[in-house]
Amino acid sequence: MGYILNEEQNSLVEMVKEFMTNEVKPHVAKFDITGEFPRDLYEKAFEMGLHCLEIPEEFGGGGVDYLTAAAIYEEMAKIDAGFSTGLCAISLALKPVLIAGTAQQKKLFSDIIVPGAFGAFCLTEPNAGSDAGSVRTTAVRDGDDYIINGGKCFITNGGVSDVYVVFASTDKSKGLKGLTAFIVERSRNGITVGKEENKMGIRLSNTTEVVFEDVRIPATNLLGKEGDGFKIAMKTLDLSRPFIGAIAVGVAQRAIDESVKYSKQRIQFGKSIAEFQAIQFKLADMDIETEAARQTVVHAIQLILAKKPYSREAAIAKCFAGDVAVKVALDAIQILGGYGYSRDYPVEKLLRDAKIFQIFEGTNQIQRVIVAGHLLK
Amino acid sequence: MNILVCVKQVPDTTEIKIDPITNTLIRAGVPSILNPFDAYALELAIRIKETNGGLVTVLTMGPDQAKSALKECLSAGADKAILVSDRAFGGSDTLATSYILSTTIKAIENKTENFDLILCGKQAIDGDTGQVGPEIAEHLGYGQVTYAADITVDGENLRVKRENEDHYEIIETQIPAVITVIKTAYELRYATIKSKMAANKIQIPTMTSIDLVIDLERTGLKGSPTKVKKTFIPQLKKSGIKIKEETVRESVLKLISLLSDATLI
Repeated sequence: MGYILNEEQNSLVEMVKEFMTNEVKPHVAKFDITGEFPRDLYEKAFEMGLHCLEIPEEFGGGGVDYLTAAAIYEEMAKIDAGFSTGLCAISLALKPVLIAGTAQQKKLFSDIIVPGAFGAFCLTEPNAGSDAGSVRTTAVRDGDDYIINGGKCFITNGGVSDVYVVFASTDKSKGLKGLTAFIVERSRNGITVGKEENKMGIRLSNTTEVVFEDVRIPATNLLGKEGDGFKIAMKTLDLSRPFIGAIAVGVAQRAIDESVKYSKQRIQFGKSIAEFQAIQFKLADMDIETEAARQTVVHAIQLILAKKPYSREAAIAKCFAGDVAVKVALDAIQILGGYGYSRDYPVEKLLRDAKIFQIFEGTNQIQRVIVAGHLLK
Repeated sequence: MNILVCVKQVPDTTEIKIDPITNTLIRAGVPSILNPFDAYALELAIRIKETNGGLVTVLTMGPDQAKSALKECLSAGADKAILVSDRAFGGSDTLATSYILSTTIKAIENKTENFDLILCGKQAIDGDTGQVGPEIAEHLGYGQVTYAADITVDGENLRVKRENEDHYEIIETQIPAVITVIKTAYELRYATIKSKMAANKIQIPTMTSIDLVIDLERTGLKGSPTKVKKTFIPQLKKSGIKIKEETVRESVLKLISLLSDATLI
């Protein structure tokens, strides 16, 4: 484990590990098959406070430091990446509020989340994924209110959230510079949840369309000022990427753990396959890559904590950890052979879970654009 | 209700190995945990507090690192924690340990108020003696009930569901009492992120022999009549073969063929 945590930080990680192992792990296979949303499991996590790790103590949250939070997301992801993603997505919605919100806005958001609720970050649209400037959702000023219209898609926690952070255009002629961020409570009239995605992996998380039809919100829900939206979104994603990397590392670590266990037990040619160098080298490579990915995560977080620029390192962490998770999950399937391909064993799920980490929160191609941008500027 | 729970930090015996040469426990790298029966006692105490009001204090004897077990208790809902620790207490057997604990309890009671109820796990999973709880009751001159599965409180009366081999007894007693607790229906609740962080910040007071009215001749190795003569690993019994064919006839035939293959018949 590459995190250097003190005893107190470690005790939090251990507590979450015990919770995930005892309360969540026994149910993962069932929910992965049915795709049903495990609300009861999430509610148990809410009781523990895992949904508001990063909300500052003054607003009723855990006030957990970023390094411990990342270690916790990794630990949760070892049991289930979807569950970890569902909880991490609440923090994704929180980040724009922490970055650009006033004290009242932070309180508004926290008061909804802390008692036990989901939140969602709503940027992506059918025609605006990597190209955030193409957002078609609009927000039109009307007296002291804004009226929001538009449809968002692939929204993690879309169908279960009590509060959304929505990115809408307040001036289409300005493209990216016309984007604005708003806090939108689920209780507002005109919000409907659209199609729920039937996903390949992270099936314990909820992903839906969210449609806003003449949704009237007070202007006090605007984060920052008109036109700040793109900047806020990019800062949010920069800040969030190491945590997504941490979840991907959790998937990779689970793949290693399952591979080690299996290769010690599996006997071929009169000895365990772990005694063959072909397997040892594969295991070693998996470990080397996963530990390296974990270190990119830790390094990006250390830069954040040191208040140094971290955009490049956050992109590296998310991109590398996502790629490593997919590769290491594939390696695990190879080590388990036919059993790895079977749904009776846990590793094929890891590959299905891993793939999303090359796609969401900025595809790994976008991450490379960011990294190259830093090289070539 | 002023409740005290006596707890012990123990090695996680599910992960323990024995040195084949010295026949002693290999402690290095084995995680320490809160004794599981003490965790049940604590949960019971917290539940009693929730319905009847009061305070839950946890007490342990051990080295400084035993504070982590106390912190676990605090994060789950105990109000106060006390460590009693002294070099002179090292190597204490159950008699010496119960003497030190009961002396500590008297010292705490002298400073604050008396405990109405003292709970212990029925035994610690490392020594498995089950003696410390009952001995504390004897030292203090309190009534005791062992192997409790549940406790209900009605004013000063305690109603205890006591487990036996094949039945339960319902025993009534009065406070103050010492009760040892088995694995109950109530698992110790999870801490929350906030309660864990709060517990981590608490400074746990340590009492030493100076804080107690204690006869040091009765503590530590000197005060321990129990001597370990020898430790050894018992021969593991190999698990047998289970024969369960479709019919009795097929089972018998299978048995005969197995015995004959092994040239036993």
